[in-house]
Amino acid sequence: MSAAAGTIAGPRVTLRDPAARTRATALVVALAVLWPLLWLAEFKPWHLFDSGNLQVMASFLAGFLPPATAPEFLALLWKATLETLAIATAGIALAFVIAVPLAVVATRALSVSRIGPGPGRGVGAAVRTATRGLLTVLRAIPEVVWALVFVRALGLGPGAGVLALAVTYGGMLGKVYTEILESGDTRSARALLEAGSPRLGALFYALVPSTAQELASYTVYRWECAVRASVVMGFVGAGGLGQLMDQSMKMLNGGEASSILLTFLGLVIVADAMSALIRRVLS
Amino acid sequence: MSAIDTAASPAPTRLPPCWGCMALALAVVAAIVWSFAYLAVDYRQLFGRESMRLMAKFIGEFFPPDLTTTFVAKAAWGALQTFAVAAIGTALAVVFGAAIALPAAGRFGVAPRLAARLLLNFLRSVPELVWAALMVIAAGLGPFAGTLALALHTTGVLGRLYAESLENIPPAPERALREGGSGRIAAFAYATLPLVAAQGVAYALYRLEMNIRMAAVLGFVGAGGLGQLLYFHLSIFQQAQASTLLIAMFVLVFAVDSLSAFVRGRLLPAHG
Repeated sequence: MSAAAGTIAGPRVTLRDPAARTRATALVVALAVLWPLLWLAEFKPWHLFDSGNLQVMASFLAGFLPPATAPEFLALLWKATLETLAIATAGIALAFVIAVPLAVVATRALSVSRIGPGPGRGVGAAVRTATRGLLTVLRAIPEVVWALVFVRALGLGPGAGVLALAVTYGGMLGKVYTEILESGDTRSARALLEAGSPRLGALFYALVPSTAQELASYTVYRWECAVRASVVMGFVGAGGLGQLMDQSMKMLNGGEASSILLTFLGLVIVADAMSALIRRVLS
Repeated sequence: MSAIDTAASPAPTRLPPCWGCMALALAVVAAIVWSFAYLAVDYRQLFGRESMRLMAKFIGEFFPPDLTTTFVAKAAWGALQTFAVAAIGTALAVVFGAAIALPAAGRFGVAPRLAARLLLNFLRSVPELVWAALMVIAAGLGPFAGTLALALHTTGVLGRLYAESLENIPPAPERALREGGSGRIAAFAYATLPLVAAQGVAYALYRLEMNIRMAAVLGFVGAGGLGQLLYFHLSIFQQAQASTLLIAMFVLVFAVDSLSAFVRGRLLPAHG
């Protein structure tokens, strides 16, 4: 083929990559932005290999083995694992209760005022925007800040963790439910609304059957994330594996910390498997 | 009636009952009830007059936020530092995640695949906060620990996403190039990479959005940026300053979300 092209008469054409200039500019801009970013983030990887640091790291890592297996500690570990699972499940249940009404109000698929000309479009759009704003605020504040607020009322312990999870994950679930309900085929919902069906009727008979699997799949994924988040909240006193790990690390007990880490990894694998099983049953 | 109606129409078929779904629903409800019972938290305390007053007082101290120029400048600096931590952490994760995704997608055999998958699972299972606590011991307090923590965790996440993308793309173009005599790297670069690149950048931008939120929280264990300032001011009960920092956090999250949505929209023209 190249031989045939070479025999075509005509001026020689120098090959030029049309995207070359754009790519070169993008590369220069990226490098120009990267330099101050590296400086801001105090990116000094050679510090990792300072002799003092290496010694501290080595002794810390050495303390990780062997993992602690004393029976009283294992009993504590079991209780903490159950507590973490309970915090995550209760948090997601409450988040679901918060998210569903907000999603029903905020989704455009269930909006009667959007169908055809008529009064109420402005009010409807304003209510939807306000609800979405509320969902954004719920999501934007990190769980740990909510946990600090609830600790004022409920004291340290799993209650603050459950409520903090409920509020933040309620915002996340609400936003994604809104988008999932809008992303499916909304014509059947619109037909029901035009025929005069109440909004909940349109929701349960038209939208939920086609989107149920996606809704459930995302909820189960958020439950998995909640298990991890409740460990994180344990660091600020919300109980469970996180609190146990915080205590062990503060006492520099590497053996206990590695047992807790291994338990946590096992928990994540089990949660992953359960989530895959549930998603398979639903499909 | 008319002849059409008397024609036998098949009775509407009823779907067989989904026993798996019902068992699942029952199990989920039982798990929820058990969770609330096990925790045995007295939520009535939440609605008691004294606790409502305390919570309202606590929230009230957040307004008005401290808007003096010096503090706003400090908050802006913290926001830039948080952005830098998240951006560099994500960039490192893209590089290392892509590198580990190659064996994890089975390109070098079964044993490397299992080892790479195990490594990626380990990296992504440990939460960023735990990584940050560990990195603070290794690299000292400051944003570098946060960068490393985000890089480690996000490598696991992105590596797994990239590996799954690589496994899902059709192998025909690359095989065609290999059979035509091309080298392995060239075949990969010209046949497979263009197919996964756009989706890969979209995943990376999505993780950047999440890492901005995480970088703020990592400051709680000393990893610099807005989070460290927030933790500091909350622990000395300076709620007005904490409020300014929270506002800075919202602005940063909103800005990065918008930028990321814009770039994703430009990259993926057919993106739904």
